[in-house]
Amino acid sequence: MTTTYVQDPTPATAPAKRPPSTAGRPLGRRFTDWLTAVCFTLPALLLFGALVLAPILYALYVSLFNWGGFGAPSDYVGLDNYSRLLRDPVFRGDLWRSLLMVLFSVCVQLPFALGMAVLLNQKLRGRALYRMLFFAPYVLSEVITGVLFSMIFAPQAGLADKALGAVGLDGLGGLWFADQNHVLPTLFLVMTWKYFGFHMMLYLAGLQGIPAELHEAARIDGAGPWQRFRHITLPLLGPTVRISVFLSVIGAIQLFDLVWVVTQGGPDHHSETMAVTLFQFGFQRYQIGYASAISIAMFLISLVFALVYQRWVLRRDTEGALTTMRAHR
Amino acid sequence: MPASHRAAVSSAFSRRRFLGTASAVGLGAAGLSACSDSGSTTDSEGRTVVEWWNIQTTEPSKTVWPERAKAFEAANPHVRVKLVTMENDAYKSKMTALTSSGKLPDIYHTWGGGVLKQQIDAGLVEDLTPSVQPWADTLVPASAKAYQFDGKTYAVPFDIGAVGFWYNKALFAKAGIESPPTTWAGYLDAVGKLKSAGITPIALAGKEKWPGMYYWAYLAMRIAGVDGMRKAADAKDFTGDAFVKAGEHLKELVALQPFQKGFLGAAYSTPNGEAAAMGNGKAAMELMGQWAPVVQADAGKGIGGDLGFFPFPAVDGGKGAQSDVFGGGGGYAVRKGAPKAAADFLKFLVTAESDRVLVAKGSMMPVVKDATTALTDPNLKRVSDALGKATGFQLYLDQAYPPAVGQEINDSVAALIAGSKSPDQVARSVTQVAKSQ
Repeated sequence: MTTTYVQDPTPATAPAKRPPSTAGRPLGRRFTDWLTAVCFTLPALLLFGALVLAPILYALYVSLFNWGGFGAPSDYVGLDNYSRLLRDPVFRGDLWRSLLMVLFSVCVQLPFALGMAVLLNQKLRGRALYRMLFFAPYVLSEVITGVLFSMIFAPQAGLADKALGAVGLDGLGGLWFADQNHVLPTLFLVMTWKYFGFHMMLYLAGLQGIPAELHEAARIDGAGPWQRFRHITLPLLGPTVRISVFLSVIGAIQLFDLVWVVTQGGPDHHSETMAVTLFQFGFQRYQIGYASAISIAMFLISLVFALVYQRWVLRRDTEGALTTMRAHR
Repeated sequence: MPASHRAAVSSAFSRRRFLGTASAVGLGAAGLSACSDSGSTTDSEGRTVVEWWNIQTTEPSKTVWPERAKAFEAANPHVRVKLVTMENDAYKSKMTALTSSGKLPDIYHTWGGGVLKQQIDAGLVEDLTPSVQPWADTLVPASAKAYQFDGKTYAVPFDIGAVGFWYNKALFAKAGIESPPTTWAGYLDAVGKLKSAGITPIALAGKEKWPGMYYWAYLAMRIAGVDGMRKAADAKDFTGDAFVKAGEHLKELVALQPFQKGFLGAAYSTPNGEAAAMGNGKAAMELMGQWAPVVQADAGKGIGGDLGFFPFPAVDGGKGAQSDVFGGGGGYAVRKGAPKAAADFLKFLVTAESDRVLVAKGSMMPVVKDATTALTDPNLKRVSDALGKATGFQLYLDQAYPPAVGQEINDSVAALIAGSKSPDQVARSVTQVAKSQ
């Protein structure tokens, strides 16, 4: 069993590792440099190999077997697990729900977080308190959040229904997590509550880095608040937004603990994610081969997204590092 | 079929956990550290050492178990019974490793069914038939069924339970139901009466899936009979008429919308779950095992004397009788080549005298006929009566079958109850998984 691992979005170590301009030096010196590099990276490489690469390769191997996790895998089935995966309505549903969660995170949750960040970047009474309050849910563990909200959204008896009832809005209450059509929106609500504070903090940090002079100059030139946001804040916040989108998407693809605690993927698979399906097959049914195929699929989806995103979207942000490196060559 | 030597998974865990116990956490570590595998079977004083692996981490059995060992040692000075106690899940994973290494503990906990069968097939389990035979008659017949294969007995039971309907007598009376239904048609009728009286007929934990499975399993048992269930399991074919019909009957029930509001998201033992709905008098019945009264009182207030028990109704034209019982318990198996003292100890453990101690002080259900008098709890007495009169016994499906099959049954039946799978689809998807094992 492996979880999927995603490369660090910024290859921060790349330029640092390469000693500047080795050309033209005596061979012995170059060799010493090389040796130093190996000595420094070897422990990390070994750990990475043993704890990341090896499990991934093992999962890849196991995914070719019909294996119950007992003894050595022997029933070789080729790519059967993968073709079964593509035919499995639950897994296809997982993909669809992952897409929904990604879209929701990027289109609703992050703009909301950005809005709050801009708001809390103003001079505002009790600003620090609000910042702390909004960030607090992120500090709670997923399991606690899950237990908390399954109580809040308990049909009829929960806080949500009681509160709605108290203000005469009984009609708005409902089954929440217990209804096949409402479970996902309710889950989105909880996810937003839980994660927007984190993204808000990222944006706040980014906003602090934008020089006040720019805003001042724009104001003198007669730019309104929206124009200043659109032409100063947003472009300069670009790198932060891109990283935050990246984290958010990867988080949505790998979502597990919250869903598991609240619904276990139900009712009738309507809130199931890839990771939940993986867990059920791997640790409840002991169909390790099939579960490994799911883990490999998850890994590939995350990997492809990470690579494409780095290549096309984060390129500008990593460009600086790359040009520095080129200049040193 | 290499799938899993681990015993029944989460649902079984839930069951064990609720068997009158609150939390079984923390002691696992202590238990694990205690299991050094000493190669020698004698201690420094020359006594034969018998390791006894158990999962009694909670009171009262946590105290009763060592006392039993001491009592045996007092009568048999040449034997030392060494308890190795670990928490349920830690035990299962430890056993998985031990099974693949080929050496099991002298005496070890088993739930019987598919997992025990795998160990037997691997030649790791002692055939206890010769030593059990002389006193087999003293046992409640249903209690030993899970450990018998091809007429041989491989484990000795120490606990046994059963699933049936727990109902609220006051609510039944309010709906004008005079006596608990004995046929499926009568049952549906009673559900209708409860509904029209404005009472939620049934509490169900839809989120956890296994409580819903009980309905399908019992219906299949009533239609196919216990023999039919075994034949289907042997042939790995659940597409037979009985299983499709079981689904259809369950669909009839679901169509009446008998469950509490939001049942699809309800858990079993949480404050808003199935047991709480029963315990707070908000639902008229639930289909649950012998642990139900304890959990009802724990998650809700408990309904005391209003609580009644009736066996699952018979289905017209079905081969199974209403007295066939669906349930499970716990037993102890002995590894192949273990000292003879191991079998002697088990014989001692389930003498009427000792079983009375387990029942009276250890909260177990009696497995010895003569020990049933030690049972004082009226609720448990009803279950015990049903077991005593059992004409057939079917082990919990997730323990009788490999985990993948058990989970597929849970999952498919949940889908049937949610309305997304037809009875025919349930039968076919279960069969498909069974064949792939």
